[in-house]
Amino acid sequence: MMPYLVALQAIVLREALRFIHQRERFIAALVRPMVWLLVFAAGFRAALGLSIIPPYQTYITYETYIVPGLCGMVLLFNGMQSSLSLVYDREMGSMKLLLTAPMPRWWLLFSKLMGATAISILQVYAFLAIAALYGVTMPALGYVAVLPALIVAGLMLGALGLLLSSFIKQLENFAGVMNFVIFPMFFLSSALYPLWKMAESSELLHAICAFNPFTHAVELIRFALYLEFNIMALFWTVLAGAVFTGCALWGYNPSRTGLRRKA
Amino acid sequence: MTGLRVSGLCYNYGAKQALNDVSFDVDAGCFCALLGPNGAGKSTLFSLLTRLFVAPSGTIEIAGYDLSQNPRSALASLGIVFQQSTLDMDLSVQQNLSYFAALHGYSGKDARTRIDAALARLDMRERAHEKARALNGGHRRRAEIARALIHDPKVLLLDEPTVGLDAAARAAITNYVHDLAKDGTTVLWATHLTDEVRPDDRLIILHQSRILADGICEKIAAQGTLSSTFLQMTTVQQS
Repeated sequence: MMPYLVALQAIVLREALRFIHQRERFIAALVRPMVWLLVFAAGFRAALGLSIIPPYQTYITYETYIVPGLCGMVLLFNGMQSSLSLVYDREMGSMKLLLTAPMPRWWLLFSKLMGATAISILQVYAFLAIAALYGVTMPALGYVAVLPALIVAGLMLGALGLLLSSFIKQLENFAGVMNFVIFPMFFLSSALYPLWKMAESSELLHAICAFNPFTHAVELIRFALYLEFNIMALFWTVLAGAVFTGCALWGYNPSRTGLRRKA
Repeated sequence: MTGLRVSGLCYNYGAKQALNDVSFDVDAGCFCALLGPNGAGKSTLFSLLTRLFVAPSGTIEIAGYDLSQNPRSALASLGIVFQQSTLDMDLSVQQNLSYFAALHGYSGKDARTRIDAALARLDMRERAHEKARALNGGHRRRAEIARALIHDPKVLLLDEPTVGLDAAARAAITNYVHDLAKDGTTVLWATHLTDEVRPDDRLIILHQSRILADGICEKIAAQGTLSSTFLQMTTVQQS
């Protein structure tokens, strides 16, 4: 096997082993969207009336509406979780082992990103299975068609995590990421409410939501689940992923001064 | 061919100078101790030698490969034992070593043979399936040294590898690495403990970002013990 593929396989496998060893992480990753689906959606279904908007052909329940958003939420939280583990790796020193391997740094970081995305996707499918048991189902082929969308969205959100990890100097600073990245990204998106609802209350908020790459990731997933292709959502998700990846690679450049003390 | 060549290396953390015009060569098969008090610049030098940082000026050659021009060949020739443990505590010794082997492009039977040989060299074979967390400090260090040898590096860097170990484990590791140098591996051993350096070892004393002395240990310490010479040199510099 090519040395690059050997390294990729090992890095992905290590992420998987690490994930298996952290069972509570898996449970937490499932509990979070389940709480939204079972509790939040139940409370808000009456308050939030939905009209027929693409890709839906008919009126849908609020639970059905938020499932793609909650898939995005799993990817988002996992992207941040992998960012946290990268900062932890750097503090504990194991990042050094990775960065001193005789492979291009971009490949090593990309492999890390692939590993994190693979773990995220497994969790999304576990969540979709539970949602189906709860009665929120998608077209059968939608579960297959969503895979490429999950890969693209997972890589974009993982790249955001990678970017943040190159700038977060200490684990203690991670709480700030929760407040300033995860929550605004999640709430200022189409995950919980369609954008036209947001436009009714504030044009500015609507504009922010429309700009938010997480909105596009959620819409990409939503359309794919219903066997439709949203090219604009794909374009913006890929673009955001490319920008985040480029900035993350710059952040991990060994000649960059900001990383010197903590590499 | 030179094992390790460092020339005109400078590095600053903002306004603070960490390394100032550091130059030295270590021949192939030589054990070179890099002695310096805490804060002398040893860890910065190791970060530059391992390309975790890139120096704005100066050159580094590892086994004949220029680290800035040909980083992958240079890093492939380098074995590294970091000061801080880099083992994954939840994985077994074997899994830790397999991961490292894969990062160097080795897989399958080739990787297994190399891992087996490296563990055998360090008398760690019977611990291959134990979790890193279950090992004592000495065994963890041995596992890390075994890991650093999987790819048969020409140059081995060890950054204070005996920190936190008891006297017996310290002596065993020091002796083992000296034997490795006799077998042809170039060794750069950073330490602040003078008793780890033998009279016939090559010695570089680093203090306040500069090289104070470079030569054979017994010649540098000709007027007394290495410990007293080291103390005197570093105290004079400070005052």
